[in-house]
Amino acid sequence: MLSVEFLLNAITLGSLCALLALGLVIVYGILKLVNFAYGELIMITGYTLYLLNTSLQLPWLVMALAGVLVAMFTSYSTELVAFRPVRTKSLTAMLITSFAVSTLLQNAALLLISPRARAVPLPKLFSASLTVMGIAIPWRNILTVVTSLVLLIALTVLLKKTILGIALRAAADNFRMTRLMGVPANVVISSAFVISGLLAGIVGLFWVGRTASVTPTIGGGPLLIAFVATVIGGMNSLVGAVVGGYIYGVIFSFLGVMLPQTLLDYREAFMFLVVILILLFRPEGLIRGAGTGERVG
Amino acid sequence: MSDCRSENSKADELVIQNVTKNFAGLRALDSVSLTLKRGEILGLIGPNGSGKTTLINVITGLLPLDGGRVFIGEVEITNKPPYEIARAGLGRTFQTIRLFRELTVMENVEVAAVSMGCSRKEAKRRALLAIEELGLEDWIGRLAGELPYGLERRVEIARAFALQPSFLLLDEPAAGLNEEESDQLLDMLAPIPERKGLGLLIVDHDMRLIMRLCHRLHVLSYGRTIGEGTPDEVRRIPQVIEAYLGKTAVGG
Repeated sequence: MLSVEFLLNAITLGSLCALLALGLVIVYGILKLVNFAYGELIMITGYTLYLLNTSLQLPWLVMALAGVLVAMFTSYSTELVAFRPVRTKSLTAMLITSFAVSTLLQNAALLLISPRARAVPLPKLFSASLTVMGIAIPWRNILTVVTSLVLLIALTVLLKKTILGIALRAAADNFRMTRLMGVPANVVISSAFVISGLLAGIVGLFWVGRTASVTPTIGGGPLLIAFVATVIGGMNSLVGAVVGGYIYGVIFSFLGVMLPQTLLDYREAFMFLVVILILLFRPEGLIRGAGTGERVG
Repeated sequence: MSDCRSENSKADELVIQNVTKNFAGLRALDSVSLTLKRGEILGLIGPNGSGKTTLINVITGLLPLDGGRVFIGEVEITNKPPYEIARAGLGRTFQTIRLFRELTVMENVEVAAVSMGCSRKEAKRRALLAIEELGLEDWIGRLAGELPYGLERRVEIARAFALQPSFLLLDEPAAGLNEEESDQLLDMLAPIPERKGLGLLIVDHDMRLIMRLCHRLHVLSYGRTIGEGTPDEVRRIPQVIEAYLGKTAVGG
């Protein structure tokens, strides 16, 4: 039962979940804001692919790059236009603002494009498989895992070795203090949103690749996954988010194999049951970060 | 920015003029004036609740002023936001330590230098210098959250040094330290102001430290200045004896 295929599927899903969770937490760590408009970044990546494909029909890689850039830019703009003006107000104001941004983006897609699913172009490689020792491994899975690893390593280097990275980690640790020391708050926050957009955009490519289509509400699922993964891993730690993401992937894949056919529809309910159990024993998540929980304006 | 010095590093005085601060009906600071020169160590003392920390908080922009003005040299910093004041060359530490607990000692100090706009290389050089000054070389790679309390204090001071301020306000640097740690801190701090041309203002309840370290003292009681001068002079002011030092201090 615990075959190589199972393991590969679990790691593939885990990689996506880890990136998703990381994108959510990198903003949460600094602003204590759970950005509910995060899922819409995935939607936007999907629609960028759709629109470019129907109009210009560029090579997939170019369109993918554009999709990710648009997600980064959207993330950056929402911070600038929507979150920055309410940053000094209450946390509730920011939270509700994020709901508003989410609704706005979804409705824009409904009105301007269509409530129905739209086809997204996929590279040929996504439907091909690599056969190793009699096991067919979909290229999509290999690409997901490799891209995630490269991205995680790149982010680690960024966070550990660069000035921006140290400032970002300091801000996630104690934003107030970071500001008092003269680190420009807006630059740090904007960077966090850009990185969040980058992660959502790249996950978006693989996410829409699963069904080869995009709908206005496609962001709901990944947002929930990111949220649950960060709750498992610990909201105050970037490492926790990654660990939580992989754990989510493994448990979810495991449930898919374990549950009898009749219960498979309830896979998510079982997933939440496991989460509740984890939280009973580790209410702060598996990895306790040093974040102060102190919010800033 | 290759030159990441504070903007007016030539200023030779921090001037506080008639500073007043009210909390609702309570006058926490009542027209307090003092001058901190570069190279000197000034002790700010007074009983609990006399307004010492409030004074530091209004000077560094953490609390708005209700009256009075603050200057670094010619530059007015009254009611500027804290980060601008930090960049203008006025650093501080806090009564409760606020280190970045998930960053290493080195990174904690580096963030400070980085925030002044230093290049990574320059930030490293500065951080190392500050770390050496406070004898933290052996702890460089450790997470700040794992350090013993006495060392956390020193990291905080090193971090403040890395900002290369012209003036530095230390809020109870010896709080929670035992006698030995307090003596070590004294030995480290004493030579620095003269060597770096730094004006150091220290608030502390550890009178042993204050009396041995400070060149001048400024005494507050109920938000008013009740005395200033050298430690020896201050000990002889009757109001100070009454309000703070206690009668036993007259003899020794």
